[in-house]
Amino acid sequence: MTELAPAEEAAAAAPAVPTRRRPRGAVLLGIGLVMLALMLAITLLGPVVAPHDATRTSPDSLAGPSAAHWLGTDSIGRDVLSRLIIGGRTTLFITFVAVALAVVCGLVLGLSSGYLGGWVDQVVMRALDIVFAFPVFLLAIAVVAALGPSVPNLVLTIAIVYTPTLARVVRGPVLSIKRWDHVEAARSVGVSEFAIATRHVLPLVLSPILVQTSLTLAQTIFTVTALSFLGIGPPPPNPNWGSMLSEARQFMELAPLTVIGPAVAITYATMTFIVLANGLREFLDVGHR
Amino acid sequence: MTALLPPGTTADAAMLQVRQLTARFTTRDEAVQAVRGVSFDIARGEAVGFVGESGCGKSVTARALMRLAPEGSSVEWGGSVLFQGHELLSLPEPAMQGLRGRRIAMVFQDPMTSLNPVLSVGRQIDDMIRRHAGVSAAEARRRTVDLLGLVGIRDPARRADDHPHQFSGGMRQRVLIAMAVSCQPDLLIADEPTTALDVTVQAQILRLLLRLRQDLGMALMLITHDFGVIAGMVDRVHVMFGGEIVEHGAVDEIFAAPRHPYTRALLDAVPRLTPGGAVQ
Repeated sequence: MTELAPAEEAAAAAPAVPTRRRPRGAVLLGIGLVMLALMLAITLLGPVVAPHDATRTSPDSLAGPSAAHWLGTDSIGRDVLSRLIIGGRTTLFITFVAVALAVVCGLVLGLSSGYLGGWVDQVVMRALDIVFAFPVFLLAIAVVAALGPSVPNLVLTIAIVYTPTLARVVRGPVLSIKRWDHVEAARSVGVSEFAIATRHVLPLVLSPILVQTSLTLAQTIFTVTALSFLGIGPPPPNPNWGSMLSEARQFMELAPLTVIGPAVAITYATMTFIVLANGLREFLDVGHR
Repeated sequence: MTALLPPGTTADAAMLQVRQLTARFTTRDEAVQAVRGVSFDIARGEAVGFVGESGCGKSVTARALMRLAPEGSSVEWGGSVLFQGHELLSLPEPAMQGLRGRRIAMVFQDPMTSLNPVLSVGRQIDDMIRRHAGVSAAEARRRTVDLLGLVGIRDPARRADDHPHQFSGGMRQRVLIAMAVSCQPDLLIADEPTTALDVTVQAQILRLLLRLRQDLGMALMLITHDFGVIAGMVDRVHVMFGGEIVEHGAVDEIFAAPRHPYTRALLDAVPRLTPGGAVQ
């Protein structure tokens, strides 16, 4: 004989079924986006929100925090907070443009390499292997040393350095997606190879690309500031986080805020993109499809 | 009349004439002869079945008509595929692209994976109509909605904006059929169109194919491993084994008096209700 359990009992016994209305990673992604929005707002509004002219010197050097200078002043009396805000513009501008360039190159190279295969794949991947084989900083220093330190050169350098990583991230999934049934189905209705690659393969690679782009942004912030710290960044007097750090280093016992300021800014920017990357990874469920 | 090899041909000016077709796959360490000299004709509006076990070369034969090689393999075609006076095996690739989907179209085995998951189904059909018919986006959409209605999708105007994951397997197969017939091809190839579907849906899809074939006057090349699917669908059957056509003939004749032992084995594999009521 079968027995029917009373409805209430069954309901009580069953653990609350998690209603996954909100995909995993949504919270993390939200935090990342808020952090990004805050950073972009401050940077874009830079000259408006900065309390002082970032390049104007004053006799009041290495001053501690005050109502006029919240983070004090540096060795030649410039306002640290204003320099942080304006400096962020340079650093973030280089970062975004360089990564955008690397993503475009990575997409084109990775897609053509993975989709076309054969000798194209061989040539492209071997060429990228050569770039990949150099340590990032060594390559960056070499390129800047050859071309001279300027904002365009720095952008170009960083784009070159990160293109191979992105190309590989694109190529991998393309290799498998191009064998999926819907690609053959598209081919069977007369879709051209170019349209198959761009409309039926590429969109399926977008999630890993988004995640990798965000990670690359985090790495690039670090690379840009490190190169500036080493003195091969954008030339003075315009501030950027890396050069601020290297200038303030000698006075860090006298005015710790001059070092802590840019250090926190760099950490914040890097964290933003890492949080964003992890949020995106979980939200888009990369690797679990 | 049922004939053993070599298969006879129907009319001398059939729409499609395949002669001594061979397909040879080469991988890094071996070469496989998947099709070994297959010849057959398909007349305008005719329905022809191809039956055989997995790996007998029936799908490769069908792909030869569209010159589609499985991605990542290199295939060497041999023989001749004459379609409406064009030799398809030597047609330049752009001309072949113009032919695929417009003159010859194909319905694939697995509807779950044969649609692009990131585009709405309407968009995928629109694209194809625009490519082949060169009409405006609005006109393409109007035709898409008509087609979705034609294959039995309810509320087609709204459903056209849905993505593949919002459709069941049977519905997706209907969408794929809509896409395949969107440019009124002369020949529709259905490669195991019902294998991935459950039995009740199978019958609906087969009825749909039958109806569309009559309404649109297409020839149908139906590929299956299941004699149960062939019955009532096609005029003639080709039985394939080991990359060759081992028997061909009118469908009732083959059912009544199979001559090749392999055909008999295939027929015996179909479960059947006996007068006693037991399934054999």
